[in-house]
Amino acid sequence: MLTLQFVPYNEIENISSANRVKKLLKIVKENKIVLLEGRLKKQEEAELIKSTMEQIDESFKGIELGVLHQDRKDMPFFNKLKKNLVQLLLGDRQGLTIIGPATIVKEIKQDPDKIQLFTESGLPLKKKK
Amino acid sequence: MISFMQRFLNKLLRDLFSKKKNYKIGLYGPPNGGKTTLANKICEDWLGESMGSVSSTAHETREIQIKEQISIKSKGRELMFNLVDTPGIATKIDYEDFIKTGMKEKDAKKRAKEATKGVIDAIKWLDNMDLVIVVLDSTMDPFSQVNITIVGNLQARDIPVLLVANKIDLKKSNIGRIEAAFPQYQVVGISAKYGKNTDELYEALFKLTS
Repeated sequence: MLTLQFVPYNEIENISSANRVKKLLKIVKENKIVLLEGRLKKQEEAELIKSTMEQIDESFKGIELGVLHQDRKDMPFFNKLKKNLVQLLLGDRQGLTIIGPATIVKEIKQDPDKIQLFTESGLPLKKKK
Repeated sequence: MISFMQRFLNKLLRDLFSKKKNYKIGLYGPPNGGKTTLANKICEDWLGESMGSVSSTAHETREIQIKEQISIKSKGRELMFNLVDTPGIATKIDYEDFIKTGMKEKDAKKRAKEATKGVIDAIKWLDNMDLVIVVLDSTMDPFSQVNITIVGNLQARDIPVLLVANKIDLKKSNIGRIEAAFPQYQVVGISAKYGKNTDELYEALFKLTS
Protein backbone atom coordinates (compact mmCIF):
# COMPACT_ATOMS: atom_id res chain seq x y z
CA MET A 1 0.00 0.00 0.00
CA LEU A 2 1.22 3.46 -0.94
CA THR A 3 0.52 6.32 1.48
CA LEU A 4 0.57 9.93 0.34
CA GLN A 5 0.59 12.46 3.17
CA PHE A 6 -0.39 16.04 2.41
CA VAL A 7 1.42 18.68 4.44
CA PRO A 8 -0.24 22.11 4.17
CA TYR A 9 2.09 25.10 4.17
CA ASN A 10 0.65 26.44 7.44
CA GLU A 11 1.99 23.33 9.22
CA ILE A 12 5.57 24.38 8.48
CA GLU A 13 5.06 28.12 8.22
CA ASN A 14 6.06 29.03 11.75
CA ILE A 15 8.77 26.49 12.46
CA SER A 16 12.52 26.84 11.93
CA SER A 17 14.28 25.48 8.84
CA ALA A 18 15.90 22.71 10.88
CA ASN A 19 12.53 21.63 12.27
CA ARG A 20 10.90 21.74 8.82
CA VAL A 21 13.51 19.33 7.50
CA LYS A 22 13.20 17.14 10.59
CA LYS A 23 9.39 17.01 10.30
CA LEU A 24 9.41 16.11 6.58
CA LEU A 25 12.11 13.47 6.98
CA LYS A 26 10.24 11.90 9.89
CA ILE A 27 7.18 11.37 7.64
CA VAL A 28 9.33 9.99 4.79
CA LYS A 29 11.02 7.55 7.18
CA GLU A 30 7.55 6.19 8.00
CA ASN A 31 7.51 5.06 4.35
CA LYS A 32 5.05 7.74 3.29
CA ILE A 33 5.26 10.07 0.30
CA VAL A 34 5.07 13.71 1.35
CA LEU A 35 3.06 16.15 -0.74
CA LEU A 36 4.05 19.54 0.61
CA GLU A 37 2.06 22.62 -0.35
CA GLY A 38 4.59 25.12 -1.69
CA ARG A 39 8.31 24.60 -1.60
CA LEU A 40 11.27 24.75 0.71
CA LYS A 41 13.92 27.45 0.49
CA LYS A 42 16.96 26.44 -1.56
CA GLN A 43 19.11 26.26 1.59
CA GLU A 44 16.46 24.04 3.19
CA GLU A 45 16.58 21.69 0.20
CA ALA A 46 20.36 21.40 0.66
CA GLU A 47 19.81 20.86 4.39
CA LEU A 48 17.25 18.14 3.58
CA ILE A 49 19.84 16.32 1.44
CA LYS A 50 22.47 16.73 4.17
CA SER A 51 20.16 15.39 6.90
CA THR A 52 19.11 12.53 4.63
CA MET A 53 22.75 11.53 4.17
CA GLU A 54 23.30 11.63 7.94
CA GLN A 55 20.42 9.22 8.48
CA ILE A 56 21.13 6.67 5.76
CA ASP A 57 21.53 3.15 7.06
CA GLU A 58 20.66 -0.37 5.93
CA SER A 59 16.90 0.25 6.04
CA PHE A 60 16.74 3.93 5.01
CA LYS A 61 18.39 4.40 1.62
CA GLY A 62 17.59 8.06 1.08
CA ILE A 63 14.92 10.10 -0.66
CA GLU A 64 13.62 11.11 -4.05
CA LEU A 65 12.72 14.76 -4.34
CA GLY A 66 10.74 16.73 -6.89
CA VAL A 67 9.37 20.27 -6.99
CA LEU A 68 6.65 21.58 -9.28
CA HIS A 69 6.82 25.34 -9.43
CA GLN A 70 5.77 27.99 -11.88
CA ASP A 71 8.89 30.08 -12.33
CA ARG A 72 8.34 31.48 -15.78
CA LYS A 73 10.99 33.90 -17.00
CA ASP A 74 8.57 35.34 -19.55
CA MET A 75 5.98 36.29 -16.89
CA PRO A 76 4.78 39.92 -17.32
CA PHE A 77 6.36 42.38 -14.88
CA PHE A 78 3.10 43.14 -13.03
CA ASN A 79 2.34 39.43 -12.50
CA LYS A 80 5.88 38.87 -11.24
CA LEU A 81 5.51 41.76 -8.79
CA LYS A 82 2.14 40.41 -7.61
CA LYS A 83 3.61 36.93 -7.16
CA ASN A 84 6.58 38.29 -5.18
CA LEU A 85 4.29 40.34 -2.95
CA VAL A 86 2.07 37.35 -2.19
CA GLN A 87 5.20 35.30 -1.49
CA LEU A 88 6.52 37.97 0.87
CA LEU A 89 3.25 38.18 2.79
CA LEU A 90 2.13 34.56 2.84
CA GLY A 91 5.33 32.55 2.26
CA ASP A 92 6.23 30.36 -0.71
CA ARG A 93 2.92 28.47 -0.97
CA GLN A 94 3.01 28.16 -4.71
CA GLY A 95 3.90 24.87 -6.29
CA LEU A 96 4.15 21.41 -4.82
CA THR A 97 7.06 19.51 -3.29
CA ILE A 98 7.13 15.73 -3.41
CA ILE A 99 9.47 13.79 -1.15
CA GLY A 100 9.41 10.02 -1.10
CA PRO A 101 11.55 7.29 0.43
CA ALA A 102 14.00 5.87 -2.13
CA THR A 103 12.87 2.34 -1.24
CA ILE A 104 9.39 3.18 -2.60
CA VAL A 105 9.97 5.93 -5.14
CA LYS A 106 12.49 4.74 -7.67
CA GLU A 107 12.70 7.96 -9.64
CA ILE A 108 11.02 11.34 -10.00
CA LYS A 109 11.12 12.77 -13.50
CA GLN A 110 10.19 16.38 -13.89
CA ASP A 111 10.05 19.18 -16.37
CA PRO A 112 8.53 22.61 -15.80
CA ASP A 113 4.94 21.40 -16.37
CA LYS A 114 4.78 17.78 -15.35
CA ILE A 115 6.12 15.42 -12.71
CA GLN A 116 6.29 11.62 -12.90
CA LEU A 117 6.86 9.31 -9.96
CA PHE A 118 8.22 5.90 -10.76
CA THR A 119 7.49 3.56 -7.91
CA GLU A 120 9.27 0.30 -7.22
CA SER A 121 6.41 -1.60 -8.86
CA GLY A 122 7.27 0.23 -12.06
CA LEU A 123 3.95 2.06 -12.46
CA PRO A 124 4.34 5.81 -12.85
CA LEU A 125 2.08 8.16 -10.89
CA LYS A 126 1.50 11.33 -12.91
CA LYS A 127 0.81 14.84 -11.61
CA LYS A 128 0.09 17.67 -13.97
CA LYS A 129 -0.13 21.41 -13.32
CA MET B 1 15.27 40.46 5.13
CA ILE B 2 17.85 37.99 6.47
CA SER B 3 18.19 36.52 2.98
CA PHE B 4 18.72 40.01 1.54
CA MET B 5 21.39 40.78 4.15
CA GLN B 6 23.10 37.45 3.43
CA ARG B 7 23.16 38.19 -0.31
CA PHE B 8 24.48 41.70 0.34
CA LEU B 9 27.28 40.31 2.53
CA ASN B 10 28.11 37.65 -0.08
CA LYS B 11 28.29 40.33 -2.75
CA LEU B 12 30.51 42.47 -0.56
CA LEU B 13 32.83 39.54 0.10
CA ARG B 14 32.86 38.66 -3.60
CA ASP B 15 33.83 42.21 -4.51
CA LEU B 16 36.71 41.86 -2.11
CA PHE B 17 37.56 38.47 -3.64
CA SER B 18 37.56 39.99 -7.11
CA LYS B 19 40.55 42.04 -6.08
CA LYS B 20 42.47 39.00 -4.89
CA LYS B 21 44.54 36.93 -7.24
CA ASN B 22 43.81 33.39 -6.15
CA TYR B 23 40.28 32.04 -6.63
CA LYS B 24 38.72 28.92 -5.19
CA ILE B 25 36.91 27.15 -8.01
CA GLY B 26 34.68 24.20 -7.13
CA LEU B 27 33.55 21.34 -9.32
CA TYR B 28 30.02 20.32 -8.35
CA GLY B 29 27.35 18.08 -9.79
CA PRO B 30 25.61 14.73 -9.52
CA PRO B 31 27.67 11.50 -9.39
CA ASN B 32 29.23 10.27 -12.64
CA GLY B 33 28.95 13.60 -14.43
CA GLY B 34 32.70 13.68 -15.01
CA LYS B 35 33.89 16.12 -12.33
CA THR B 36 37.12 14.29 -11.59
CA THR B 37 37.75 13.61 -15.29
CA LEU B 38 37.51 17.38 -15.83
CA ALA B 39 39.66 18.08 -12.76
CA ASN B 40 42.28 15.70 -14.17
CA LYS B 41 42.13 17.40 -17.58
CA ILE B 42 42.59 20.88 -16.07
CA CYS B 43 45.46 19.68 -13.86
CA GLU B 44 47.14 17.81 -16.72
CA ASP B 45 46.84 20.87 -18.98
CA TRP B 46 48.30 23.34 -16.49
CA LEU B 47 50.20 21.36 -13.85
CA GLY B 48 51.28 18.31 -15.82
CA GLU B 49 49.77 15.89 -13.29
CA SER B 50 46.34 14.38 -12.59
CA MET B 51 44.11 14.90 -9.55
CA GLY B 52 42.15 11.76 -8.70
CA SER B 53 41.02 8.35 -9.87
CA VAL B 54 37.96 7.94 -12.09
CA SER B 55 35.57 5.02 -12.41
CA SER B 56 32.29 4.13 -14.07
CA THR B 57 30.98 3.10 -10.63
CA ALA B 58 29.26 6.04 -8.94
CA HIS B 59 30.80 7.80 -5.93
CA GLU B 60 34.41 7.12 -6.87
CA THR B 61 35.28 10.53 -5.38
CA ARG B 62 34.21 10.43 -1.75
CA GLU B 63 36.44 13.12 -0.30
CA ILE B 64 37.05 16.75 -1.15
CA GLN B 65 40.24 16.98 -3.21
CA ILE B 66 42.16 20.20 -3.74
CA LYS B 67 44.90 21.18 -6.18
CA GLU B 68 46.49 24.47 -5.31
CA GLN B 69 48.08 27.21 -7.36
CA ILE B 70 46.83 26.31 -10.81
CA SER B 71 47.71 29.00 -13.30
CA ILE B 72 45.90 29.30 -16.63
CA LYS B 73 47.47 31.58 -19.21
CA SER B 74 45.89 32.81 -22.41
CA LYS B 75 46.24 35.91 -24.61
CA GLY B 76 48.49 37.64 -22.10
CA ARG B 77 46.07 37.00 -19.21
CA GLU B 78 46.64 34.79 -16.19
CA LEU B 79 44.13 33.18 -13.86
CA MET B 80 45.38 31.69 -10.59
CA PHE B 81 43.11 29.39 -8.63
CA ASN B 82 42.79 26.44 -6.29
CA LEU B 83 40.65 23.71 -7.81
CA VAL B 84 38.28 21.85 -5.47
CA ASP B 85 36.89 18.55 -6.74
CA THR B 86 33.85 17.50 -4.70
CA PRO B 87 31.98 14.19 -4.30
CA GLY B 88 28.83 13.89 -6.41
CA ILE B 89 25.68 15.14 -4.70
CA ALA B 90 22.88 12.58 -4.46
CA THR B 91 19.67 12.20 -2.47
CA LYS B 92 20.02 8.43 -2.06
CA ILE B 93 22.85 5.96 -1.62
CA ASP B 94 22.21 2.24 -1.50
CA TYR B 95 25.11 -0.10 -0.76
CA GLU B 96 23.30 -2.82 -2.72
CA ASP B 97 23.88 -0.81 -5.91
CA PHE B 98 27.63 -1.22 -5.34
CA ILE B 99 27.20 -4.97 -4.76
CA LYS B 100 25.54 -5.15 -8.19
CA THR B 101 28.79 -3.85 -9.71
CA GLY B 102 30.65 -6.84 -8.25
CA MET B 103 31.79 -5.34 -4.97
CA LYS B 104 31.89 -7.41 -1.76
CA GLU B 105 29.20 -6.54 0.82
CA LYS B 106 31.69 -5.21 3.36
CA ASP B 107 33.38 -2.97 0.77
CA ALA B 108 30.01 -1.84 -0.59
CA LYS B 109 28.82 -0.79 2.87
CA LYS B 110 32.08 1.05 3.48
CA ARG B 111 31.82 2.83 0.13
CA ALA B 112 28.20 3.83 0.86
CA LYS B 113 29.16 5.19 4.29
CA GLU B 114 32.03 7.21 2.80
CA ALA B 115 29.79 8.44 -0.02
CA THR B 116 27.17 9.81 2.40
CA LYS B 117 29.90 11.68 4.27
CA GLY B 118 31.20 12.95 0.93
CA VAL B 119 27.82 14.45 0.02
CA ILE B 120 27.61 16.19 3.42
CA ASP B 121 31.12 17.63 2.98
CA ALA B 122 30.36 18.81 -0.57
CA ILE B 123 27.30 20.73 0.68
CA LYS B 124 29.27 22.20 3.61
CA TRP B 125 31.98 23.42 1.23
CA LEU B 126 29.53 25.39 -0.94
CA ASP B 127 30.05 28.52 1.15
CA ASN B 128 33.82 28.46 0.58
CA MET B 129 33.68 28.79 -3.20
CA ASP B 130 34.37 31.91 -5.27
CA LEU B 131 33.10 30.30 -8.47
CA VAL B 132 31.54 26.93 -9.23
CA ILE B 133 31.65 24.80 -12.35
CA VAL B 134 28.56 22.58 -12.33
CA VAL B 135 29.42 19.47 -14.35
CA LEU B 136 26.41 17.74 -15.91
CA ASP B 137 26.30 14.64 -18.06
CA SER B 138 24.82 15.94 -21.32
CA THR B 139 23.41 12.50 -22.16
CA MET B 140 21.16 12.60 -19.07
CA ASP B 141 17.95 14.45 -18.24
CA PRO B 142 19.04 17.79 -16.66
CA PHE B 143 15.67 18.37 -14.92
CA SER B 144 16.66 16.49 -11.78
CA GLN B 145 16.00 18.10 -8.42
CA VAL B 146 19.64 17.57 -7.39
CA ASN B 147 20.80 19.75 -10.32
CA ILE B 148 18.14 22.35 -9.57
CA THR B 149 19.04 22.36 -5.86
CA ILE B 150 22.77 22.78 -6.56
CA VAL B 151 22.25 25.64 -9.01
CA GLY B 152 19.58 27.23 -6.78
CA ASN B 153 21.88 27.14 -3.75
CA LEU B 154 24.70 28.78 -5.70
CA GLN B 155 22.29 31.44 -6.91
CA ALA B 156 21.02 32.03 -3.35
CA ARG B 157 24.64 32.44 -2.18
CA ASP B 158 25.44 34.76 -5.11
CA ILE B 159 28.26 32.50 -6.30
CA PRO B 160 29.03 32.77 -10.04
CA VAL B 161 28.14 29.58 -11.92
CA LEU B 162 29.44 28.05 -15.12
CA LEU B 163 27.47 25.09 -16.43
CA VAL B 164 29.45 22.43 -18.23
CA ALA B 165 27.66 19.95 -20.48
CA ASN B 166 30.12 17.08 -20.38
CA LYS B 167 30.38 13.95 -22.57
CA ILE B 168 29.59 15.73 -25.86
CA ASP B 169 31.58 12.98 -27.60
CA LEU B 170 28.67 10.60 -26.95
CA LYS B 171 25.85 10.17 -29.47
CA LYS B 172 23.07 10.78 -26.92
CA SER B 173 24.57 14.11 -25.83
CA ASN B 174 22.12 17.03 -25.93
CA ILE B 175 23.44 20.44 -24.83
CA GLY B 176 20.16 22.11 -25.81
CA ARG B 177 18.29 20.32 -23.02
CA ILE B 178 20.68 21.76 -20.41
CA GLU B 179 20.41 25.23 -21.95
CA ALA B 180 16.61 24.95 -21.82
CA ALA B 181 16.66 23.79 -18.19
CA PHE B 182 18.95 26.62 -17.02
CA PRO B 183 18.38 29.49 -19.48
CA GLN B 184 19.93 32.10 -17.17
CA TYR B 185 23.40 30.48 -17.31
CA GLN B 186 26.12 30.08 -19.89
CA VAL B 187 26.53 26.43 -20.91
CA VAL B 188 29.81 25.16 -22.34
CA GLY B 189 29.75 21.76 -24.03
CA ILE B 190 32.94 19.74 -23.56
CA SER B 191 34.35 16.25 -23.52
CA ALA B 192 36.60 16.15 -20.46
CA LYS B 193 37.72 12.64 -21.41
CA TYR B 194 39.02 13.65 -24.84
CA GLY B 195 39.81 17.30 -24.05
CA LYS B 196 37.30 18.54 -26.62
CA ASN B 197 36.35 22.22 -26.39
CA THR B 198 38.23 22.84 -23.13
CA ASP B 199 39.63 26.09 -24.60
CA GLU B 200 36.09 27.47 -24.55
CA LEU B 201 35.80 26.43 -20.91
CA TYR B 202 39.02 28.27 -20.00
CA GLU B 203 37.81 31.34 -21.90
CA ALA B 204 34.53 31.25 -19.94
CA LEU B 205 36.50 31.09 -16.67
CA PHE B 206 38.46 34.21 -17.67
CA LYS B 207 35.19 35.99 -18.45
CA LEU B 208 33.55 35.02 -15.16
CA THR B 209 36.51 36.13 -13.07
CA SER B 210 37.26 39.36 -14.92
